[in-house]
Amino acid sequence: MIAEIGHYALVLALGLALIQGVVPLVGARKRDDTLMAVAGPTALAQLVFVAIAFMALAACYVVSDFSVVNVFENSHSAKPLIYKISGVWGNHEGSMLLWVLILALFGALVALAGGNLPATLKANVLAVQSWIAAAFVLFILGTSNPFLRIPNAPLEGRDLNPILQDIGLAVHPPLLYLGYVGLSISFSFAIAALIEGRIDAAWARWVRPWTLAAWMFLTLGVAMGSYWAYYELGWGGWWFWDPVENASLMPWLAATALLHSAVVMEKRNALKVWTILLAILAFSLSLIGTFLVRSGVLTSVHTFASDPTRGVFILAILILFIGGALALYAWRAPALKQGGLFAPVSREGALVFNNLFLTAACATVFVGTLYPLALEALIGDKISVGAPFFNLTFGPLFVPVMLAMPFGPLLAWKRGDALGAAQRLMGAAALALVAAAAVFAVNGDGPVLAPFTIGLAVFVMLGAVTDLVERTGLLRVAPAVALSRARGLPRSAWGTAIAHFGVGLTLLGIVSEATWGIERIVSLKPNNVVSLRSYDLTFDGLTTRQGQNYRQLTARFTVRQGGVAIDVIEPSKRTFATRQTSTTEAALMSRGASQVYVSLGDTNNDGSISVRIYHKPLVLFIWLGAVVMVIGGAFSLSDRRLRIGAPKPARKTGGSLQPAE
Amino acid sequence: MAALPNLMLALALIGTVPALAVQPDEVLADPALETRARALSKELRCMVCQNQSIDDSDAPLARDLRLLVRERLIAGDSDTKVIDFLTARYGEFVLLKPRFGMGTALLWLAPVIALVIGGVGVVFALRRRRAEAESPDATEPPLTVAERARVTELLGRER
Repeated sequence: MIAEIGHYALVLALGLALIQGVVPLVGARKRDDTLMAVAGPTALAQLVFVAIAFMALAACYVVSDFSVVNVFENSHSAKPLIYKISGVWGNHEGSMLLWVLILALFGALVALAGGNLPATLKANVLAVQSWIAAAFVLFILGTSNPFLRIPNAPLEGRDLNPILQDIGLAVHPPLLYLGYVGLSISFSFAIAALIEGRIDAAWARWVRPWTLAAWMFLTLGVAMGSYWAYYELGWGGWWFWDPVENASLMPWLAATALLHSAVVMEKRNALKVWTILLAILAFSLSLIGTFLVRSGVLTSVHTFASDPTRGVFILAILILFIGGALALYAWRAPALKQGGLFAPVSREGALVFNNLFLTAACATVFVGTLYPLALEALIGDKISVGAPFFNLTFGPLFVPVMLAMPFGPLLAWKRGDALGAAQRLMGAAALALVAAAAVFAVNGDGPVLAPFTIGLAVFVMLGAVTDLVERTGLLRVAPAVALSRARGLPRSAWGTAIAHFGVGLTLLGIVSEATWGIERIVSLKPNNVVSLRSYDLTFDGLTTRQGQNYRQLTARFTVRQGGVAIDVIEPSKRTFATRQTSTTEAALMSRGASQVYVSLGDTNNDGSISVRIYHKPLVLFIWLGAVVMVIGGAFSLSDRRLRIGAPKPARKTGGSLQPAE
Repeated sequence: MAALPNLMLALALIGTVPALAVQPDEVLADPALETRARALSKELRCMVCQNQSIDDSDAPLARDLRLLVRERLIAGDSDTKVIDFLTARYGEFVLLKPRFGMGTALLWLAPVIALVIGGVGVVFALRRRRAEAESPDATEPPLTVAERARVTELLGRER
């Protein structure tokens, strides 16, 4: 009964989506307030019905109703409750339902928070949003219905893939989807602007908080996925350039570019046409990401589904939305009026530079991910494009972005003073050189790139600090004055500096881990000792234990430093009887931002066990940097100027506008 | 060309003790050879896995390939010769970093092409903007009465 309620609610949601996709649009065209006003209540009702559908599926999982195919295939009565719940989206059908739920949530939020939007814009945005919802609900109902029943209900389910039975599954997909789907708002705004043929700085001010929020979720989602892979897969890697990872990285790169170009649009009324295109591209890449993961085009750990009818349906959605949006863009965008002028060396110029390289990096990941597919389809050649390719191409594209990052915020709008910015960055650059020299001195014969990239990371971080010092005048005025200036600084300025600092932190973590990470792969018998940097790990022995739905083999290591025991760590392997699979549960010991990482291999005939032990210096900075970026985003989001619908008129300044040279 | 990285790797070894093999019994006695084997393993695909190098993979085939790489290195092959040997045997598919050629030129040039197209686009857009700004009808349409009232209202609320 519960499953049928869910199914029925989803059908009603489809009906509502169709109404919301048509009526407000007609209303906006005819300037009919009554028709336009349909959008708000239908958006809320849509959320209610999709939520009912989602909760119905969740209820089936919680009570282990194995007469529902989806529950039977992906759950097990002995599974802990949290994995029963997170298992709802640990499969194709359920994850699409979560996707649609989040889409409906964002639609409802626009309906609620969009009070100060012009009526036609709001109606158009919600209508476009609803087309996406209708397409995806239709997709679920037509090809991926999670509510189907089995005539004779089995007694037990097939269980969830053990790799997914982790807190990571509870957090990672919802965060990622909040990011992916959040970008649908920017997309809907872009399409609505093209339909209306009108776009201004106020538009950018409405779009920016939504993009920022989506970007924050996306950042957290990607970072969370990376950390999950790091501790779950058991070989210490944190980014594999897997197509599925690339599918989440591409929207992130596009969203990052969009975030920056929207600033230019909001402040200077420039880059309008480009910002619209980026908004379309960012969500298109989210759709492509969904397609890549869901259609089975690429088969990997993440790809649960491989059914061609689904693939064709999603491809149709892609062509309809991306093709349609780009066609509309090509038709309407040339009519949009362009705004403010700027010199190449200016804040705008720096942001264009940022956009150029981020977009090129995004294009490189796109080509690298899809090239093997295209080549095989067109010529029949099978090639692989893996980590070595991406490291070689993506890295160099990001270096200019990092180098330019500290300059951007120090340049004035319209026409900047590159020399002045460089002078103010002298301190940061000098300290970065010192850091690079120190690395070179310590590491002389090591990887050539290490001193340079460490120096770059330090430059980025100190550049962000310099920005704040300059704005508050910390070194020039009395501390009390600087403090009051710091309070008066717009939150978005703090946000920029904090987020940029986070980028430097992440880079520092990446380079440290890659340069100084060490690894031991050994066979150990009880009481053997492995030395790793300043740590001595004694293997105390193996124990087995029965978990709720698995058997666990645990190794116990005592970690000593200078003869003193400082910690006991217990890596383990779990064997899941229902799927005859096993997972490695690495043990992590954090000291500061560095980690000792131990994961178990196979037991050998002579009674020893293979163990991989890593020391990863500053590895936590990789994800901590992402968290800092998100904190920066939160500061920016809390800026009161973003919460108020209309832009403040710019203060009159003395300088007159000079044409760009 | 292959001698230089080997030398650098050998030098790097003085500072840190080298990593052992992916499985303890795969260890080569010569640490320099072992390090080369690890570096090569990272560029070779485990062909039965999804996007995993043989260095990362637990699959039996990956192990066979790792042992094969070590066999060739012990036999005295250069890194390039090992790669050539494996490519001849398993096809281009085994390389995680595809070789530059007719089929892959677009792939390798993608970053450059993207930058050039983007750069040219930026230059043209800036030029066109300047030309437009010099023409007299470049200004935005004035606000309508309703919009003006709305602006006043919002500004009032902000204070």
